[in-house]
Amino acid sequence: MLAQQLVNGVLLGATYALFALGFTLMFGVLKVINLTYGFYFTAGAFAALFFTRYVVASVWLALPVAAIAAGIIAMACDGLLLTRLRRRGAPELSSLMVTVGAVLALNSAAAALFSPDIRRLPVGLVSVESFNFWGVRVTTAQFLVLGASIVLVGALIWLLRGTRVGVAIRAVAENPEAAGLMGINTGRTAALVSFVSGALAGAGGMLIGLNFNAIHPYMGEEMMLRGFVVVIVGGLGDIRGALIAGLMLGVVEVLTAGYIDSGMKEAVSFAILVLVLWTRPSGLFGAPKLRRA
Amino acid sequence: MKRRSFTLMAAASVLGVGVLPRISLAADTIPVGSIEVLTGPVSPYGIAIRDGETLALEEINAAGGVLGGKKIALTVEDSAANKDQAINAARKLIGRDKVVAIIGPTLSAEYFALAPMTNQRKVPVIGTSITSIGATDIGPFCFRTSLPEADVIPAALRKAMARGAKTIALLYANDDLFSKSSYDQMKVAAETAGLKIIDIETFATKDTDFSAQLTKVKGLKPDAIGIAALVEPTAGVLLQARQLGFGAETQFLGGNGANSPRLGEIAGAAADGIMVGSPWFIAKDTPQNKAFIAAFNRKYGKNPDQFAAQAYDTMHLLARAIDKAGAADPLKIRDALMQVKQDGVMGPLSFNAKRDPASAEGVLVLEMHAGKFSIAP
Repeated sequence: MLAQQLVNGVLLGATYALFALGFTLMFGVLKVINLTYGFYFTAGAFAALFFTRYVVASVWLALPVAAIAAGIIAMACDGLLLTRLRRRGAPELSSLMVTVGAVLALNSAAAALFSPDIRRLPVGLVSVESFNFWGVRVTTAQFLVLGASIVLVGALIWLLRGTRVGVAIRAVAENPEAAGLMGINTGRTAALVSFVSGALAGAGGMLIGLNFNAIHPYMGEEMMLRGFVVVIVGGLGDIRGALIAGLMLGVVEVLTAGYIDSGMKEAVSFAILVLVLWTRPSGLFGAPKLRRA
Repeated sequence: MKRRSFTLMAAASVLGVGVLPRISLAADTIPVGSIEVLTGPVSPYGIAIRDGETLALEEINAAGGVLGGKKIALTVEDSAANKDQAINAARKLIGRDKVVAIIGPTLSAEYFALAPMTNQRKVPVIGTSITSIGATDIGPFCFRTSLPEADVIPAALRKAMARGAKTIALLYANDDLFSKSSYDQMKVAAETAGLKIIDIETFATKDTDFSAQLTKVKGLKPDAIGIAALVEPTAGVLLQARQLGFGAETQFLGGNGANSPRLGEIAGAAADGIMVGSPWFIAKDTPQNKAFIAAFNRKYGKNPDQFAAQAYDTMHLLARAIDKAGAADPLKIRDALMQVKQDGVMGPLSFNAKRDPASAEGVLVLEMHAGKFSIAP
């Protein structure tokens, strides 16, 4: 039973990490707590829902569709909502409040348009049979979530560390003005970061919606609190930190529910958040004052 | 001109000024009121109730009415799921329309809000969809025809025990009053029935991951698992339970929340085999039920649901009580309600001393197969 519980924890943690990847990137580079992130997650899940229902019922085609649709929405939202504030050098709190208003408006509009009912991707999109490894069961959807988290973490680290675009992104994260003076198009870099973050959110929305069989307009909203924890514990903008923090949160929640009391799940995991921030204010893996992107 | 008179009427009705003669005040009709949620997200329930009671009303009036040829005139008010609006509607029905009884309201919260007032004004109020504990304790004029969940759950538990279940694990959403109340009644019912409760696990209504709780339950190998939650988390629990390897050897049981066709839509084959208790079911094979479904389809072009069935029976029972009372007098009708009996679409219906339904004989156990409920064999 312990083996199954640990696997449950890792799989749950993988959903948290997958959700948090784009969030931490957006946070780390653009320096804005962008609460509309949860909406991109929902948007990706809905794009996949409509695509698989009305176009082709294929996971491998729906995944890029969800990612691209959510990426475009993210780019448009960031452009519309935040470019103006960024140009004027508005305080962070204004940007935060703009995204609070925007996400409430977007979520309510989605609920009004699509109804708040819980839907699921078409039955049979992936096999629902679970694989049995010496008594430990894992489903195809769970493998997809875990695999996607690991592959995307690798891809993101490569993008940031191993490409020219990554150098530009890190430069903007470090100091937007200086980066602009060095000839980097900061506006375009911000748009690119928004697109990549949104695409990660959209892919996550589809896979997590597939895993939990629950797609509804408030699904992103419900992930946001866990997303915050993962991003902050992992260190702002730290991709690897997000993965590790996500897995840790999942395992702690599952072990608490399995061996202490299911009602104590949130109490224990959020108490750990408080403890981490007390002892390491920059997150578990973030050295003080050092910015990572 | 036409527009202005409409505005005047609208203003008059908003102010509660009766400028138009009310048909229900005519001497040869008996005024009866009903307060239901007819607008907003909860309105499907209120509309089903209105449809059910209206159908019964037409049958009663077509068959000669009550009190030797007087017709019942029904006024249905919209509460919009708002407690204040429900109280105002009750005041209007009693004060202006002089109703002899009120059917409704739709929601327990509305019932608790308006019943103290109607009880004080000595007008019987009969809830058709109220399942909360203690609703009819408000006073001697407070009735309900809907079975509390405590009367519905034991039927499903008995069926599970008849199939060999001796131990049960209970899972419930601990952040929602409806689910908690469902759990409380499930726990008492399991203890009373003699099922051994070997584990109790909780989750939150918005949770999507139940793997930790289910893995723990699986290790304890209960014969049955009771889930007390709204339909969405119930479906989520079932889906994950199947992924973790729970098979047909574990009997799943649901509370009132699971008694919804949505369960099959969301959970698909994972919901196969779950049993729920239900006060009514469309395929119930009695002559009364078949006649009701045929008449409902003729009038509305669709199938009735449980709420329409409960309202239909209630209107018929009220008509009997008015006849028995021998006068359009709320006090006499209250006393008559305590005596009348009827064998309706829900089964035998009469009131016990606490003005709750006296018999749970009509309760059915439903079992889900291929996404649809049918009567459990």
